[in-house]
Amino acid sequence: MEQVRAIARHTSGRIGGAIVLVCLLAAALGALGWTPHDPLMQYRLDRLHAPNGTYWMGTDLFGRDVASRLMVGIGQSFTVAFFSVAFATLTGTVLGLAAAWLGRRWDGTLMRLMDMLMAFPAILLALLIIAIIGPGLWTSVIAIAVIYTPIFTRVVRGPALSLKEREFVDAARTFGSSQSYILSRHLLLNLVAPLTVQVTLALAWALLTEAGLSFLGLGTQPPTPSLGLMLSDSRNLMETAPWLMVFPGLAIMISILGFNLLGDALRDILDPKMRRSLA
Amino acid sequence: MTALLSVSGLRVGFGRDPQNHEIVHGVSFDLAAGETLAVVGESGSGKSVTALSINRLIDFGGGRITGGSIVLQRTDGSSTDLAQADEAQLTRIRGAEISMIFQEPMTSLNPVLTIGTQIEESFRLHRGLTGRQAKAAARDALDRVRIPDAARRLKYNPNQLSGGMLQRVMIAIALACSPRILIADEPTTALDVTVQAQILALLAELKRETGMSMIFITHDIGLVAGIADKVMVMQAGEAVEQGELNQVLDDPQHAYTRHLLHAVPHFSSGRATRIDGQRGTSASTEPALKVDGLVVRFPVKGGLFGRATGAVHAVDGVDFDLLPGETLAIVGESGSGKSTTARAVLGLEQSTRGAFTIGKAAAAAEGVRPMQMVFQNPYASLNPRLTVQSILAEPVIASGGRTDARTLSRMTKLLARVGLTEDCLQRYPHEFSGGQRQRLCIARALMLNPSVVVLDEAVSALDVSVQADVLELLVDLQQEFKLAYLFISHDMAVVERIAHRIAVIYAGQIVEIGEAASVLAEPRHSYTRKLIAAVPAIDRRHETFEIDMRQVPSLVRPLGFEPQPADWQSFGPDHLARTEAPDGAKPLVTDDA
Repeated sequence: MEQVRAIARHTSGRIGGAIVLVCLLAAALGALGWTPHDPLMQYRLDRLHAPNGTYWMGTDLFGRDVASRLMVGIGQSFTVAFFSVAFATLTGTVLGLAAAWLGRRWDGTLMRLMDMLMAFPAILLALLIIAIIGPGLWTSVIAIAVIYTPIFTRVVRGPALSLKEREFVDAARTFGSSQSYILSRHLLLNLVAPLTVQVTLALAWALLTEAGLSFLGLGTQPPTPSLGLMLSDSRNLMETAPWLMVFPGLAIMISILGFNLLGDALRDILDPKMRRSLA
Repeated sequence: MTALLSVSGLRVGFGRDPQNHEIVHGVSFDLAAGETLAVVGESGSGKSVTALSINRLIDFGGGRITGGSIVLQRTDGSSTDLAQADEAQLTRIRGAEISMIFQEPMTSLNPVLTIGTQIEESFRLHRGLTGRQAKAAARDALDRVRIPDAARRLKYNPNQLSGGMLQRVMIAIALACSPRILIADEPTTALDVTVQAQILALLAELKRETGMSMIFITHDIGLVAGIADKVMVMQAGEAVEQGELNQVLDDPQHAYTRHLLHAVPHFSSGRATRIDGQRGTSASTEPALKVDGLVVRFPVKGGLFGRATGAVHAVDGVDFDLLPGETLAIVGESGSGKSTTARAVLGLEQSTRGAFTIGKAAAAAEGVRPMQMVFQNPYASLNPRLTVQSILAEPVIASGGRTDARTLSRMTKLLARVGLTEDCLQRYPHEFSGGQRQRLCIARALMLNPSVVVLDEAVSALDVSVQADVLELLVDLQQEFKLAYLFISHDMAVVERIAHRIAVIYAGQIVEIGEAASVLAEPRHSYTRKLIAAVPAIDRRHETFEIDMRQVPSLVRPLGFEPQPADWQSFGPDHLARTEAPDGAKPLVTDDA
């Protein structure tokens, strides 16, 4: 509760929080089926309708309501982004901490492995994974998680290496603190700031990657809507029906902006040095 | 005669609104040719800002001169107000007429260029010398700052030279164009005492040779005595007192000057040692800590397959014992192995050989670590993301306890004991000053009721007047809890205040150990004498130091090397010193950088 109030006090937190909240609300309504129209229903007579009172964001080539599809699409895209980033954060943090803490051979082996993953072009790696296990929502989650894990590993390992040599860790050793205590209180707690920033950036990038995969036809499968798929469908009709491209594009852009603003706010709020000045 | 530099009513502000964020509030002083003015003050007093305003380097740090004038008599006889001068004029003045040396010689030089190139640059810029001429000038400059074997050293990169050598190089660069004013901003703070003495001696000698004026900024009023003609004491952006050296030191007018002179630990050759809790007066004779033949070596790997080719003998056979309620100070310069000794005793460093015995009474208490440590840097030894309560709870949790009512009451009791209030518990480390943080560290170390506390340079990072308070607190706590202190320090003045016994460590070995008063008053080993001679003191006014160019030898030894067993000579009931080889064949001291 304290944190929520702090976000509300922070200017960019307020804006970012509102954007993310609106997106989540739209996604929730979409998931519950409370959309203006059935997102899969093809109103054959109203194909390529420009936005009007009935179809707020117009209709597509098959006469499906863009607004309804957008709501469901946001849900799809957010699900992929959230789960993949959560997975990447978790594995990346564990691997990064392990590499920094265990050092020597562990560090070398883990980091070279991550370098190999990083050296692979992201989309190509995703394509490889999808080729192995077949397309679908959860495949996208796994593919994107694998792409982002090395980044989190690097982000965690660097600061963890320097934190490990800090005097408060030495002090903790003289008290006889357990390894898990040192790792959680002294290392992880101080990694919150870089991790928050990285998580928000990765969320934004994951949204884009998901859109990219769907655009290539490898993520969400039609007729289920997703932001990338909608963009992909719009590309041949750009001139006759620009709303097909504008609304999903705007949705991606605004939600990325929302995540970034929220991330900035969280980083400030979680820093004890900033907390007083914000209060 | 008009002054070379005349500053009047100088006001400096920072930020977007410099008028309202003023750091220096109207400082005035005159500097005559060939004179040394020492500016003394604690951190935040505005002494550096004042100095940086003179050559207008302050402009690059976000500062603005908001009032006053800085009039410099130029070489050609004209006078310029530096507060109004434009950047082109300033560029000609900086380096040529006003030069500067900084606190940290390690970071003031570019690590990828040889020192020769960096010295030549100064000649190239200001004198237009190139090629062979510039090289010759650079070699002369190094000769002038007494760097032996100058021609060879010109090809060195900064990482190949020690801190003292680098500061000499900085001085050589600063003096390249024979400036008439040298601003030295804490030039010796980052250096060891003996090196500090060398640099001060060098500066004094160069000043005599060239007749330049000097502005010497320092936080240590003890240093002033050796070098200054005039002293200006600054506090909170104002010059609270200025005058001739003798007048300020002997008859201080302002309360703050008196405070600086009296509250601050000054070295007095063993006359100010503690008289309480001497050995033999207490009933207990069982040592709280006994260390036998401690050896710490770090392997040096080399060759194609990374085999051990030698070892750094960081600590080489150290023995001592420590009674409850007693302080043993371990003194030595950086690299002597004093911190490694402390870390090895606490298990932070793996010892190669040696035994520790911890007093029976302490060892009996189960699960409790009988030894705790207070670190040098209070800013780095507290986790910035934990509240004070979590910080103090850590040792308790580590030994299997919980943050219950009893722990909390111990926390508040200890906080009160170290002079902090109860409402600190929910605050974060950054909300405290350096002195308060060190008090927190002390409270944390005492949470488990240890019998031995290792204090590794525990007051070195603090402002001088805070140092005295923390030392006093340490002495009180020692008497109250019968604590044994292992006090690691390079600062003789501080050691004199707190130590019962002193061990002088050099190149990983104890060279002299004994009762504090006896060691400080009658040092027997040549290294102890050298250390003590280097300590700046108020009553050693205008004393000239001999420039001693010897360096601490390399501690890297071939595999399997064992040092000669120590040969101790006794000089009293509790005073031992290592026998030295006769002069000429000094095994401990070599001349290799």
